[in-house]
Amino acid sequence: MQITVRLFAALAEGAGVRSFPLDVPPGARAAAVRSALQARYPQMQALCERSVFAVNAEYAAADRLLYDGDEVALIPPVSGG
Amino acid sequence: MLVQLTQEPLEAEPLVRAVRRDASGAVALFYGVVRNHNEGRGVLFLEYEAYPELAEKQLRAVGEELLRQYPIDDVAIAHRTGRLEIGETSLLVAVASAHRAQALEACHAAVDRIKQTVPIWKKEHWAGGGVWLDGQPVALPEQQPEPAS
Repeated sequence: MQITVRLFAALAEGAGVRSFPLDVPPGARAAAVRSALQARYPQMQALCERSVFAVNAEYAAADRLLYDGDEVALIPPVSGG
Repeated sequence: MLVQLTQEPLEAEPLVRAVRRDASGAVALFYGVVRNHNEGRGVLFLEYEAYPELAEKQLRAVGEELLRQYPIDDVAIAHRTGRLEIGETSLLVAVASAHRAQALEACHAAVDRIKQTVPIWKKEHWAGGGVWLDGQPVALPEQQPEPAS
């Protein structure tokens, strides 16, 4: 199945991309997106560790089950205000 | 409850009008503004980025939590994104309450929570470079159990 990964701020800048499709096996959980990113962008290993997930624009735990078509964002440490 | 996430310059007066009731004796208003230095380095301007769909929801969640936890009349929050120059306003929080202590305390708490939970990031630009500031890792609240399928 295919999901869409969204990146922001330092993660988007480090990856050079804000969004990309990712194939994951059925039964995959949000944590799989972190692993895929870390494999693809080893220089962002530490930042990925400190990031949390949002699935379809809601914060989600790392063990959240994913479904075809989900949008999974990795949210790096926030610095608004 | 008024919540805004916008690229346009922020105006405080509409927020103050939105939160004040006839029963309100105090309106606390917080301005977050862009300063010209950070950690000993001169700053030229800031660039704010948001995950807009989630940021709006989280700003609203902060406001709802505030209304549950403090005896206040209303709260309004506005956050700006995009490029902001020195002195421009990035965040406005207005809280109305019957008494000043509650308005000030709730306003303070709202600003803290916004900085902890809302997916917005700032990049500092200085002469010859810039960096995304290292922020606070988001602490997720207790997760709801997944519905049985």
